[in-house]
Amino acid sequence: MKRIPWTVVVFAAGLVVPFLGSRFYTFVATDIVIVALFAMSLNLLLGYAGLVSFGHAAYFGIGAYTCALLMKSAGAPFLPSLLAGGLMSAAFALVFGFFCVRLTRIYFAMLTLAFAQIVWAICFKWNDVTGGEQGLPSVPYPETGWMGALPVIGDLRVADHFYLIVLVIVALCFAALRRIVDSPFGRVLTVIRDNAERAQFIGVNVRGYQLAAFVVAGFFAGISGSLFGIFNRGVFPDFAYWTKSAEPLIMAILGGMGAFWGPAVGAAAFIVLNQQITSYTQYWPFTMGAVLIVLLFVFPGGIAGTLMSLAERLRLRSIREPLVATEPGSRDAAG
Amino acid sequence: MLQVDGVRKTFDGFTAVDGVSLAIKRGEIAAVIGPNGAGKSTLFNLITGHLRPDTGRVLLKDRDITGAAPHRICLMGMGRSFQRTNIFSKLSVFENVQAAFITHRRRGLNFWKLSSELYRGETEALLGSLGLNDKAHAVSGALSHGNQKQLELGIALACDPEILLLDEPTAGMSAAETHETIRLLERIAKERGLTLLFTEHDMEVVFSIAQRISVLHQGRLIAEGTPAEVQAHAEVRRVYLGERH
Repeated sequence: MKRIPWTVVVFAAGLVVPFLGSRFYTFVATDIVIVALFAMSLNLLLGYAGLVSFGHAAYFGIGAYTCALLMKSAGAPFLPSLLAGGLMSAAFALVFGFFCVRLTRIYFAMLTLAFAQIVWAICFKWNDVTGGEQGLPSVPYPETGWMGALPVIGDLRVADHFYLIVLVIVALCFAALRRIVDSPFGRVLTVIRDNAERAQFIGVNVRGYQLAAFVVAGFFAGISGSLFGIFNRGVFPDFAYWTKSAEPLIMAILGGMGAFWGPAVGAAAFIVLNQQITSYTQYWPFTMGAVLIVLLFVFPGGIAGTLMSLAERLRLRSIREPLVATEPGSRDAAG
Repeated sequence: MLQVDGVRKTFDGFTAVDGVSLAIKRGEIAAVIGPNGAGKSTLFNLITGHLRPDTGRVLLKDRDITGAAPHRICLMGMGRSFQRTNIFSKLSVFENVQAAFITHRRRGLNFWKLSSELYRGETEALLGSLGLNDKAHAVSGALSHGNQKQLELGIALACDPEILLLDEPTAGMSAAETHETIRLLERIAKERGLTLLFTEHDMEVVFSIAQRISVLHQGRLIAEGTPAEVQAHAEVRRVYLGERH
């Protein structure tokens, strides 16, 4: 039996969403895809390098402001602005990370938080550039007129067109992240996570690699923030606030930080749960907390981790079963 | 090959290593012995860059490496193993050794290859020479203590060292495993023209393979020489070699 190419299936399913004709579905799907990239970027640090960052929102926010300012105030086109958002976040990650990787564990986490709060405070107070408390409203959509001329998708709404652009960009980012974690660089990160002391003695510049991971994670968080600012039609200081840093952490734990796709699954679960629960009760944070507690104790691998071990168990059973089956012939016919 | 000049290290007023000097020639098999707490592990940590000496110098191939970062010293050709087994316990045996090949050959910043495809042949060959081939895909943390020690040696060897520092390479091993490991060390050192510096509890092991022995006592070097000279040394006999009965 061949393995099901889940990535292709999910991407194809994502492409179908605009054709369901519901504004709401497109809205939720856009939210999920953008935030999934935010959570996946954090997991490069959390799941692969073993670094717990409490300040990842800083890079989300920096990307969002950079891209929004370029598009709104400077009238720059979408793609260069998006790239600039990612690069600006990466540059800040390089500076902040330089200091953060000099500390370990909880001290590392606290310093990332401190830098993020500084970024938030600047966004909050620098009225002339960031709009301060009021933020930057009415960030323009990218130019999607050319998509109207395309077959099949030409008749879709602007929001659907934007969603498709987001889907393609995020898919490319995921492909890049996959490449990174499967590359020798990714292996070195897992080696450091497993045993940083030993890693030094096989010639690994531990801080150097941690800093590189921090910059790469910052870049993708910046891309995610840039997209979110456009999707949200505005950028606000909250984007860099510490509660925003907690969201990708929760998503990664919810989905499973040990699996590559875990944080994306977690992001989808987080947003869908948020939508569903808030329509029944105002106690959404309470419910989310309860879900997390159950998950941490009962399914420590998160949703993706649990599904993967379940699939593994089923696969083992399907290998073993024909040996004990009484009617192997009928089973073959069924398969 | 390796020269240690009067290194000294003090922790909160306690002098762990007190002006120790060593000179080890290329291809030599040298041992540092001494009772518990004599400063052997601290001396190793000073040489490999884990700790910076308060005074004194360490030269590797005539280049000053005093207080250099461990990864730099490693890349210059010094490998080490630890007294308490120190491996990447969540990775497979194969991945442990493969990772060492990747990092030591500075391929870690390569994004264009799959890490799982690199140095497969080299890794298999090295695991074969250590007798770990049948366990290549086991999670290394689940191996027996003896196998983990062998794997640690493998990680050190994958870094293609010219000099290898082994901190109690047979600690906690059964008599059979100890014997096997010593034969393995001798064979590999000969094949690769390795310089070995090791510490060891087991006197039988020390006297069977070391060409040169240095004796540490309370952080100080009290004797140095061939196994025969050391055995005949009066102070060594008094503080260490069985006169305690």
